[in-house]
Amino acid sequence: MPSCPPGCKPIDAGPPHAATVVARTQESPTIFTLQLRLDDAAAQAGYRFAPGQFNMLYLFGVGEVPISIMSDPDAREGIGHTIRAVGRVTRGLAALQPGDKLGLRGPFGRGWPLQEMGGRDVVLVTGGLGCAPAVSVIHYVLRRRERFGKLVVIQGVKHADDLIWREQYDRWAKLPDTQVLVAADEGAALWPWHVGRVTELFDLAQFNPARAVAMMCGPEGMMRVTAEQLLARRLPESSLYLSMERNMQCAVGRCGHCQFGGAFVCRDGPVFNWGDVKALLPHRGF
Amino acid sequence: MFSRPDQAQFLPLEQMQVLLQTLEAQGYQCQGPTPENGAIVMREIHSANGLPRALQAEQTPGHYRLTRDPRNRYFAWANGPQAIKPHVFAAQESLWQVRRDEQGKLQFEAVMPNVPPVAIIGVRACDLAALALQDAQFLREGRRDAQYAQRRERLFLVAVQCAEPAATCFCASTGDGPTPTGGYDLSLAELAEGFVIVSGSDKGQAVLDALDLAPATREQIDAARQQGQATAAAQTRSLPGRNLRDTLMRNLEHPRWDEVAARCLACGNCTAVCPTCFCHAEVDVPALDGETSQHERIWDSCFGEAHGHLHGFNVRSDIRSRYRQWLTHKLATWHDQFGRSGCVGCGRCIAWCPVGIDLTEEAAALTELSDQPAPRPASASGGGE
Repeated sequence: MPSCPPGCKPIDAGPPHAATVVARTQESPTIFTLQLRLDDAAAQAGYRFAPGQFNMLYLFGVGEVPISIMSDPDAREGIGHTIRAVGRVTRGLAALQPGDKLGLRGPFGRGWPLQEMGGRDVVLVTGGLGCAPAVSVIHYVLRRRERFGKLVVIQGVKHADDLIWREQYDRWAKLPDTQVLVAADEGAALWPWHVGRVTELFDLAQFNPARAVAMMCGPEGMMRVTAEQLLARRLPESSLYLSMERNMQCAVGRCGHCQFGGAFVCRDGPVFNWGDVKALLPHRGF
Repeated sequence: MFSRPDQAQFLPLEQMQVLLQTLEAQGYQCQGPTPENGAIVMREIHSANGLPRALQAEQTPGHYRLTRDPRNRYFAWANGPQAIKPHVFAAQESLWQVRRDEQGKLQFEAVMPNVPPVAIIGVRACDLAALALQDAQFLREGRRDAQYAQRRERLFLVAVQCAEPAATCFCASTGDGPTPTGGYDLSLAELAEGFVIVSGSDKGQAVLDALDLAPATREQIDAARQQGQATAAAQTRSLPGRNLRDTLMRNLEHPRWDEVAARCLACGNCTAVCPTCFCHAEVDVPALDGETSQHERIWDSCFGEAHGHLHGFNVRSDIRSRYRQWLTHKLATWHDQFGRSGCVGCGRCIAWCPVGIDLTEEAAALTELSDQPAPRPASASGGGE
């Protein structure tokens, strides 16, 4: 897996580059999306990333947070980050408006296995805000539709109200060779999709396990059950990928917080092949 | 030090002062062993008179006391809580700073430590082995840490062969001591009448040339060699093997983790004194005027609540998982990252643990070899000289 596509020049350990909010969208009461541009025109023009990689966003005087990049790598409108306001930094980022300044360094880590996806069915299973890193790969597939087989998007949320980008899911569901399956543990009025666990949707998913690549993102318990279900449907282990989340502070494999066994999730991940993490994943505490 | 015994010279006791003067003349600030609050620490010294003599460091689990050394040696203390690590990986330092102007624009700039060249007098073989591991982490190809690199380049290391190991020492079993075999600028072996001295770098050779010493005699070299072998043989602790990776990773749900967790206070002393631990937090320290902010790194510990913090939950919410993270990283997954164990046998984590948890004992229990064999002979450990 390449760490970033050709032409990619990662910004290293710091200091960050100055960036500006060019657009802000409120996705749900606590989730928002910031489109950012680097202030240095040459840096912005040279900025490349792969779906699944992340940036460190810096809020003045408060600190940094790792945020995965949700926009399409070829999009020119900005570098997109969908964020939930849960901590000191993210609550501060939530207050930023277009024109406001922040710091950005990245992209970091290894993204989704784009090379391996060519000509194959692409299955994405996401839970909660796990959809953010996966959305960039959905955009990637849809913009280059002829290069891939079927696209199956399986998304689970706790409550129907937690689903963001509802219109997007509706739109994708109408596309040819594209299947969208959504489940909420708790439904709501006019909820058109499944009520129950996301893992109950696998029997409905239409893909050829022998020629599919599956990607998972979300809570680890959900990914473990998903892996069991997909492997039981004879998806080869080598075709199964997941994106891991850990405490990342330096993003360059130095500060030690994101270690998962011998791997530094920020550097060796966040996307891993299932075989690389399956032994340690069942042991709580790594 | 005996990688080049033919080059060995002899520094008489009374010339220790000349060594320090030569280092100062070449621009180094000398940091040497100094008793402080009942322990040996590295502090700035200006003369050999500042070097303590006749001090031993008596160490057992949860215990460190300075005692009298009947042989009146300079370097009879086995080690102190810190040696090289704070001089390359500072306990707290700025990495970069940012200024915000009236329009809200941000200007970032790297902050370099600008430390003077430092010579550390009296580092041990375990400290040098640990430094090699810190180098591997902070000077990784393509990911060089600028602040660490600057401190490292300005460092001059005067190593000393250990002649009086503490009861907590087990460097012979990890293969890292007690005699320095590389990574130093100068290395000393202390005998009654002076030091056998060799250089290990061009910088070291320049200092050695300036000292203009006589070659060490065959007897002096042999005495130093035998001293190293005797030190290795005197060590009473050991790890059950140099590579415990597979055994430990097969025992992640061993009942011993619960048992050690019941004793462990999760204070983080072990990680603070461990010369290979590299975890650090990155925090912002904004100035009161609101115009600037320093982005700093501070030593962190996997025993702390915040280390495994993720939004909404903690990856390691209990002490069992934190102790397991520490020990499996140090003795198991370190092999995946650096091709060797992260333990250099200095024994600091044993001495400075307030409840006396003994890493060698835990490793033995977890690898089901609690009937630990007697310490290996020096020839088998490879660390005898």
